[in-house]
Amino acid sequence: MNVPTEHLLVLAALLFALGVLGFLARRNVIIVLASIELMLNAANLSFLAASRHWARASLAEQGHWDQGPIFAIFVILVAAAEAAVGLALVIALYRLKQTVALDTASELKG
Amino acid sequence: MLWMLLFAPLVGAVLCGALHFTALARRRAGADDHGLRALAGWTGTAAIAVSLALSLSAWWTLKSGAATALESSAWPWISAGRFTIEVALVADRLSSVMLLVITGVGLLIHVYSTGYMHADPGKAKFFAYLNLFVFAMLMLVLSSNLLGLFVGWEGVGLCSYLLIGFWYEKGWPAEAAQKAFVVNRIGDACFLLGSFVLLGLFRTLDLSDIAGGDFHHLGDRAGWIAAAALLLFLGACGKSAQVPLFVWLPDAMAGPTPVSALIHAATMVTAGVYLVLRLNPLYAAVPWVLYVIGCVGALTALIGASTALVQRDIKKVLAYSTVSQLGYMFLGLSAGAWSAALFHLVTHAFFKGLLFLGSGSVIHGMHEEQDMHKMGGLRRAMPRTFVTFFCGAAALSGLPLLSGFFSKDEILARNFALGVAHWPLWLVGVATAALTAFYTWRMVALTFFGEPRYDTHHVHPHESPSSMTVPLVVLAVLALVGGLLNLPHVLPGAGVLEHWLEPVTRAGDALLWRGHGAEGGHAPHLAAGTEWLLLAAGAAIALVFAHRGFHAYRRGVERDALVRARRPELARFLEGAWQFDRAYQERIVQPLRLGSFLLASLVDQLTIDGLVNGVGALASGLGTRLRRLADGQVKNYALWMGAGAAGLALTWILS
Repeated sequence: MNVPTEHLLVLAALLFALGVLGFLARRNVIIVLASIELMLNAANLSFLAASRHWARASLAEQGHWDQGPIFAIFVILVAAAEAAVGLALVIALYRLKQTVALDTASELKG
Repeated sequence: MLWMLLFAPLVGAVLCGALHFTALARRRAGADDHGLRALAGWTGTAAIAVSLALSLSAWWTLKSGAATALESSAWPWISAGRFTIEVALVADRLSSVMLLVITGVGLLIHVYSTGYMHADPGKAKFFAYLNLFVFAMLMLVLSSNLLGLFVGWEGVGLCSYLLIGFWYEKGWPAEAAQKAFVVNRIGDACFLLGSFVLLGLFRTLDLSDIAGGDFHHLGDRAGWIAAAALLLFLGACGKSAQVPLFVWLPDAMAGPTPVSALIHAATMVTAGVYLVLRLNPLYAAVPWVLYVIGCVGALTALIGASTALVQRDIKKVLAYSTVSQLGYMFLGLSAGAWSAALFHLVTHAFFKGLLFLGSGSVIHGMHEEQDMHKMGGLRRAMPRTFVTFFCGAAALSGLPLLSGFFSKDEILARNFALGVAHWPLWLVGVATAALTAFYTWRMVALTFFGEPRYDTHHVHPHESPSSMTVPLVVLAVLALVGGLLNLPHVLPGAGVLEHWLEPVTRAGDALLWRGHGAEGGHAPHLAAGTEWLLLAAGAAIALVFAHRGFHAYRRGVERDALVRARRPELARFLEGAWQFDRAYQERIVQPLRLGSFLLASLVDQLTIDGLVNGVGALASGLGTRLRRLADGQVKNYALWMGAGAAGLALTWILS
């Protein structure tokens, strides 16, 4: 099975656009956080696609580690931390406003 | 010794100042401060007495020939490379004459002031200022360099300001003080510029070094030397009230009368004459500058004397007379008659100091009335003031054999001797002498003769206390016999002052009279016959015009109204001192005010303030618009951030 790299990148772009759309369009903080996860994973997919694309020159034979998956693992790690902090914020927001609608938190309005 | 001479008045000033504050505190506590104020008067007087004693001893040392000049240096004040200025005092023969005038006349005026300021709540402050003035004046004549002289020069200006505005609560004395200060500032700026030129030329400010400099071979320095001489003379014009800077002196009469006598007749206003005398070789090197000085002096003498003809305020008459007599001194300097100028300075200090003090006594006795039209017949009420004032007037008008007669005649004769070029100056001087005799006796007649023109039911003129009349008597004697100091050449015992001053003026004389006489270095002298003739003519003019002035006003003031009715423009012109004040007001003050107003409104308020306010308005305007971006919606922030990132990426891709 030989999926061209371009397909993978288009899929990553689509996922990212979906995330952006969800981030901008939805009011529910939990959906917004999920959209951020989606964007992060779109980035992961493009990392991996690029890694696979360049791996053809068999860098490992020359003693180079393939760095793309490592980035992806880092991103997943950070995303997990971010989700933990984000969900804690959601609870704090709910305690304050009795709702999880993002547009109610506008105290920094200039 | 010189330091003690200089600092005695300063110590007096500090003590009087302390007494003033003590008196203030005591008055605030509701107690009587009269004793303290009297003590301040005697403290100030004692300080001047110490200075006078030391001045006499300095004069005696010089006279006995033990030294040509007393020197006492202290420490280098400014030192830069080869250029140093020392704080040092020198008393030579010229200084010693000035010292005697300052401390001698000063002492008499201090004694007089203890009576005159008797009831004034600020008496202690007055004596503090007066002592400070004497200190600054002594600094002026004792300093060995131009910078120290300038310190004294500014010091006397400051004290003059303080004392003119002594009764500042009245309003107009404060304005007069400001006017005096500002007009003097113009002269002082020129003085400084002149000193800089001299510093550039001679690399020193030491007066004896400058006076002893090489003026025989000017070469390409001639222009700079003339510039320095002219600039310093402009400085002298300010201090000595010469055209065009004389307008402050008549206004300065707003101060207490002893101040007018001490500062604005006897001492400070002669500082300019002293300056030119001190630097006589500088002026002798550029004779055309001397001629300019003569023209200025003659013009000033004429303006002052003609203005004094129509004044009603007794102090204004004396003020314009002082302006006129200072003009005579400069006329003397311009003829290279150094000693004659100093002679007139000394006799003028005697008789004008006397006249001012006498007028103060009249004003005191008339309950602060200064208008001569409201006086008359005072000779019966104030006999001692009358007799002494009479002597002073006789000396001022140049009645024969009195001090003013000899000093004025000497100046005129020396101008006459210089030939055709100086005859116009001489003629103006003679005309001024006639006017002087006229206005002096008009003043005497209006004040002391005729019927009383004041309200005899309410005003009871009284003679002043003896603390005021004793100085008058001493000055009257000096005014009568002061002429002995420097009799004309045709009389026995002639030229005492001229010989005394010879070491100081030798360099100037040698320069000025290079081509004259057998061995050179001697001023052209008149033949004995001519000199007798001039003396007789001077005496005749003085007598005739004194008689006319006296008789025109002996019966009353009608003659003033007559002149005003017959020649209204002339009367107005003279009353306004040839309209100098008005011209300055219209040509300088008002345009300056207008210019300042335009600068303030157009440049400052409109342009500069507009720029500053504009920047502020721009920032706050932008702020009100930009704050809409910060609507508190996290999503919108993210959108803008994303848009920014996209924009950056786009530019990176496209470039």
